Amino acid sequence: MLEISNLQVAVGNKPILKGLNLNVNPGEVHAIMGPNGSGKSTLAHVVAGREGYEITGGSVTFKGKDLLELAPEERAGEGVFLAFQYPVEIPGVNNVYMLKAALNGLRKYRGQAELDAVDFLKLVKAKTKSVGIDDGLLNRPVNTGFSGGEKKRNEVFQMSVLEPQLAILDETDSGLDIDALKAVGDGVNQLRDGERSFVVVTHYQRLLDYIVPDFVHVLADGRIVRSGDRKLALELEERGYDWLKDETVAA
Amino acid sequence: MASQPQDINDFVGQKYEAGFYTDIEQDSVPPGLDAGVIEFISKKKGEPQWMLDWRLKAYTRWTKMVEPKWAHVKYPPIDLQAISYYSAPKSQENAPKSLDEVDPELLETYEKLGIPLEEQKMLAGVAVDMVFDSVSVLTTFKEKLAEAGVIFCSFSEAVNDHPELVRRYLGSVVPVSDNYFAALNSAVFTDGSFVYIPKNTRCPMELSTYFRINAMNTGQFERTLIIADTGSHVSYLEGCTAPMRDENQLHAAVVELVALDDAEIKYSTVQNWYPGDENGVGGIYNFVTKRADCRGVNSKVSWTQVETGSAITWKYPSCILKGDNSVGEFYSVALARNYQQADTGTKMVHLGRNTRSTIISKGISADQGQNAYRGLVRIAKGAENARNYTQCDSLLIGDKSGAHTFPYVEVKNTSSQVEHEASTSKISDDQLFYLRQRGIRDEDAINMIVNGFCREVFKELPMEFAVEAQKLLSISLEGSIG
Repeated sequence: MLEISNLQVAVGNKPILKGLNLNVNPGEVHAIMGPNGSGKSTLAHVVAGREGYEITGGSVTFKGKDLLELAPEERAGEGVFLAFQYPVEIPGVNNVYMLKAALNGLRKYRGQAELDAVDFLKLVKAKTKSVGIDDGLLNRPVNTGFSGGEKKRNEVFQMSVLEPQLAILDETDSGLDIDALKAVGDGVNQLRDGERSFVVVTHYQRLLDYIVPDFVHVLADGRIVRSGDRKLALELEERGYDWLKDETVAA
Repeated sequence: MASQPQDINDFVGQKYEAGFYTDIEQDSVPPGLDAGVIEFISKKKGEPQWMLDWRLKAYTRWTKMVEPKWAHVKYPPIDLQAISYYSAPKSQENAPKSLDEVDPELLETYEKLGIPLEEQKMLAGVAVDMVFDSVSVLTTFKEKLAEAGVIFCSFSEAVNDHPELVRRYLGSVVPVSDNYFAALNSAVFTDGSFVYIPKNTRCPMELSTYFRINAMNTGQFERTLIIADTGSHVSYLEGCTAPMRDENQLHAAVVELVALDDAEIKYSTVQNWYPGDENGVGGIYNFVTKRADCRGVNSKVSWTQVETGSAITWKYPSCILKGDNSVGEFYSVALARNYQQADTGTKMVHLGRNTRSTIISKGISADQGQNAYRGLVRIAKGAENARNYTQCDSLLIGDKSGAHTFPYVEVKNTSSQVEHEASTSKISDDQLFYLRQRGIRDEDAINMIVNGFCREVFKELPMEFAVEAQKLLSISLEGSIG
């Protein structure tokens, strides 16, 4: 479904990704781990279409389409969702209102009829229950004055309403206490349906206790230096990242 | 300083000798202003002597005044002698015969605003007989208002039909000598609206739809006077979201509001005059004096404005809080894009005890637009326990626009409390990317952010007006990102 091949990305003149390869099939959960500054967030942003990155080589396709040619909203229309590491505050814009515009934007892109207010609110109500988000957050301005945990839960809630085919979680665990982490993990697990794919970007292993990945990749210095299963993540937790770096250099 | 009035007088004198304006049968006067022109206007309108005397007094004061230069706006000098100060309603001969002849861009805007077809014709100046629905609607309104004892008519009608009210209140809030443009307006105003709400009466409707029709052809020097008698209440809506065809470049209106004991006036404006093209050519200069006198105890006046039009806006709806416990409010959204310049704000003058005022100002600047908030909060010595809260927020779109804040605060009473909060923000790439990632198109995303920014002001507008104002803002911002 998602095919990243030899992707090279620079910011300014500084290369960040230096030939990255990744294949994600429907229903798979891939964890991308790595030390700070290895390019994890860059990868997430480039796939979602954020400006400010220079693609110097390689390709990213999604369901056979060249993703790099599409605007961010078109990528969303194709089914790509990014759960932000730092969800932004948008003062004065009602959370549910924004979400309705988003869902109808996606439906329009896909040639589907837009949902009216009644149907949309029914959908929201159902999702609120299943994700376990506090009703009170729904009618507040987007992320404005939310705690760190509330922001991340709101991301998962949005994901559940927008139902993407590929969800990228960019360090969703950062700044969360154990309870919030568990809640976010539960929310994501509910969305695993054998078809939807996830790319979980994280620095720490602990999120993977809740969202169990099929594959674990280690990103270091702009490349994936090792891939494995769940056990690799546990090994990383025990030994840190340095041994991998040393190994890469030695090789 | 003294040379300008001198020049004007010389010029005026010359023209007076020529004397080609006195022919009362004429439908318009040639460009230029002098006492003869004012007499002509007054006669043409069939005004009583006291009205003419008042105009002439204003004119004399005006000739001794100079145009103010303190506003944060730039424009070439206005030649006030090049303007014709009276012309009869336009002949329909040159007007477009149907909507097919009207500028398609204008029609597109009407379409987006959802304006009914008949009203579109009127706004675009299409030659139509005035026998469509709105006339009967108008009559219904008039009957309903008359039942409640509300007087709502053109200013000219009021001068003749209700002289006692006009004489008592005209110029009592904005004296003829108040400022250069107010004095000019007092001398040459052509028409406008007059409202009187009797004691203990709640005006049975928002004075809005009626106004849209009523306000046509009131010309460039408009005069409005609203009096809310003891215990009365009125909500008045001025302006129109639709851009109107207008060939007058200078607009200098005066609006006076008087609220007596326990009375409340809510005055909402949506201003969308032609702002000039994207190169800053053309466009209306809007130099307006708006002031409310909260004369009675427990009186309240609330100004809400959405300013998206005009090349230059120079406007400070103000409240004189004279009555004890009186309340003044000012909610404003001002947009400046392309080469638009807006210098707008308010004055809250606290004279009475326990007077309260609130100022919420939202300025949006895009492209090369320059937006200035200028506000004065004055607490007089006797204003025990006066309170003011001011919040000024500016939003910048693009890197060539500007936002400026000039708050003046004068406090002469130690028991008062004055708060001022200000912020300037840019629509951030982070916000845009966030919304786009969720599937919202870039222009829609900008609109969403801007409307969120203005929410505190929009919620003060009457419901229908708020919806129109939001649409208007989106249309005004189209193509402002890049």
